[in-house]
Amino acid sequence: MTATPPAFTPPSEPVPAHGVDLLRDMLRIRRFEETCAELYSATKIRGFLHLYIGEEAVATGTLRALGPDDAVVATYREHGHALLRGVRAEALMAEMFGRSGGCCGGRGGSMHVFDAATRFYGGNAIVAGGLPIAVGLALADRMLGRDRVTACFFGEGAMAEGEFHESLNLAALWKLPLLFLCENNHYAMGSALELTESETNLTLKAASYEVPAWSVDGMDVVAVEREAQRAVLSIRGGGGPVFLECLTYRFRAHSMYDPDLYRDRAEVAEWKEQHDPIDLLAARLRAQSMLDDATLERIDAEIAAELEAAVAFAEASELEPVEDLTRDVYAGGTA
Amino acid sequence: MSAEAAAGTLTYRDAVREAMCEAMRANERVFLMGEDVGRYGGGFGVSKGMLAEFGPERIRDTPLSESAFTGAGIGAALNGMRPIVEIMTVNFSLLALDQIMNNAATLRHMSGGQFEIPLVIRMCTGGGRQLAAQHSHSLEGWYAHIPGIKVLTPATIADARGMLAPALADPNPVLIFEHGSLYNMQGELPASPPAVDIERAAVMRAGDDVTLIAYGGMLGRTLEAAELLASHDVGAEVLDLRVLRPLDDAGFLRSVRRTHRAVVVDEGWRSGSLAAEVSARITEQAFYDLDAPVERVCGVEVPTPYAAHLEQAATPQAATIVAAALRTVGRDG
Repeated sequence: MTATPPAFTPPSEPVPAHGVDLLRDMLRIRRFEETCAELYSATKIRGFLHLYIGEEAVATGTLRALGPDDAVVATYREHGHALLRGVRAEALMAEMFGRSGGCCGGRGGSMHVFDAATRFYGGNAIVAGGLPIAVGLALADRMLGRDRVTACFFGEGAMAEGEFHESLNLAALWKLPLLFLCENNHYAMGSALELTESETNLTLKAASYEVPAWSVDGMDVVAVEREAQRAVLSIRGGGGPVFLECLTYRFRAHSMYDPDLYRDRAEVAEWKEQHDPIDLLAARLRAQSMLDDATLERIDAEIAAELEAAVAFAEASELEPVEDLTRDVYAGGTA
Repeated sequence: MSAEAAAGTLTYRDAVREAMCEAMRANERVFLMGEDVGRYGGGFGVSKGMLAEFGPERIRDTPLSESAFTGAGIGAALNGMRPIVEIMTVNFSLLALDQIMNNAATLRHMSGGQFEIPLVIRMCTGGGRQLAAQHSHSLEGWYAHIPGIKVLTPATIADARGMLAPALADPNPVLIFEHGSLYNMQGELPASPPAVDIERAAVMRAGDDVTLIAYGGMLGRTLEAAELLASHDVGAEVLDLRVLRPLDDAGFLRSVRRTHRAVVVDEGWRSGSLAAEVSARITEQAFYDLDAPVERVCGVEVPTPYAAHLEQAATPQAATIVAAALRTVGRDG
């Protein structure tokens, strides 16, 4: 079973004026993830660590379509989403380190990033478990008459779970302002799509619930942003939920534990060489004279400084006192 | 509604409904959601008539999607609402266990205390109605195992009426287990029912010789047993746990230290039961006050059978409670 990359055709669509910002966003995610991988090898980060390298265009393009009041529900591969939603790299890195300065005080770790200030509701590590919560967030907004959208990310593996089907049905039935964002990286951990889905055209599944559903090349950040804008416009216009499938590929193993034996090396290499979302955008920006070496160097330096500060912050952050172990099990004290 | 038909007299079912109506009139963010709560009036008729008063937005019929609508309750609670989720029976709640255990109970802690989840989940529990092995179990003891949620078991009309308001005011997820055999129970309440707490156990009958500890559907037959014990000249104190998590240790220890004997009555299966937990806490904290081993009267470890005589044999009865109590005072049960 394989996930053969699509034939490469250079996008003809011009990159919009903020193209360099898109590049910067994707680079921030990639460098953050690379730093995490190094720190994992250095045993500073432990547990499960799932990296988003290769999939950066999905979070970058889709999150651009949201406003500050909108909500995000994500998966356990969510560092990039949190970073772009505005969780500070320091707080994110300290969370990876399990320190008190982490955005969740070290209670959640890599898989459970939450941030009330940016309406970032996880960090959910039960596949499809975040979808019902997203339904409820959107339901509350609707009942309270707020003009807000909830964006819910999940992998294609979630579409084999009952909670996916229950949630799509509910959201469609109640016409909720909910954007279902399927990050289809072609593998549910180590199982290829053809091994787990009887119908591999995933938009057909969503469409069967009367939810408008379409796909986009998830390696093309410009296309992802365009389609996410279109989806959000439809939702804000009262059209009910939308399902957007972003076809993407994970360049690294599923987690740091994964020896990655289920994919053909040539397949991985082909995706990396031909479909790297960062390389693709950089080439287009250069072709449109929107990017030069000096700009790229400046961006790289800014990100390096941000990450250096984040790691220093995490290193310096205190451990939570063990006396506080049972804090926050209950609101208003322990029981 | 029948509650208004006879002033002061009402059923347990009416009491739950009145509590919900009162909460919904007082706070527009409270709403009820679940299978058949609207047009049907609730699987056990609890929400009958509420659709007419509050409309379909707030008395929200759901598809048969326990996981999704329970999770939607969590999401709505995170986002400013005060949802009441009704799950038809405790056995069906297992389809929503992912949401209750992995999300409702954990989100606050995982997020470092950033979120509150003021969610109430009501469901019917227990046997006694010949509904066999997929509608009759008593799994509230399981739920009481989970840190992060609170577990209430109203056994009286007063608690059926009074527990919802403090549960809705609580910033934590609260599960309320309504025993199916109690819905038709009748009782009286003053026009303005007094507020109740959701923290403490309550002494339902005073006695000096043995403490009978029960909750939910078992309270009635435990009181019955106490009456029978009186005819044996044994004074039984009956304690209603009311709240299974967090347990009111002080409440039952106070009584046991005085009577020196305890019988724990639990409709749930014996192994790893709530009764086991209560018994262990008594032994840990009041061992030297005991004059006899703690007795447990629990459900027999069998999937609940359909046939009436078998179901009865599988469930604690007044006679088995009496026998256990007599053993604690050194007399043959």
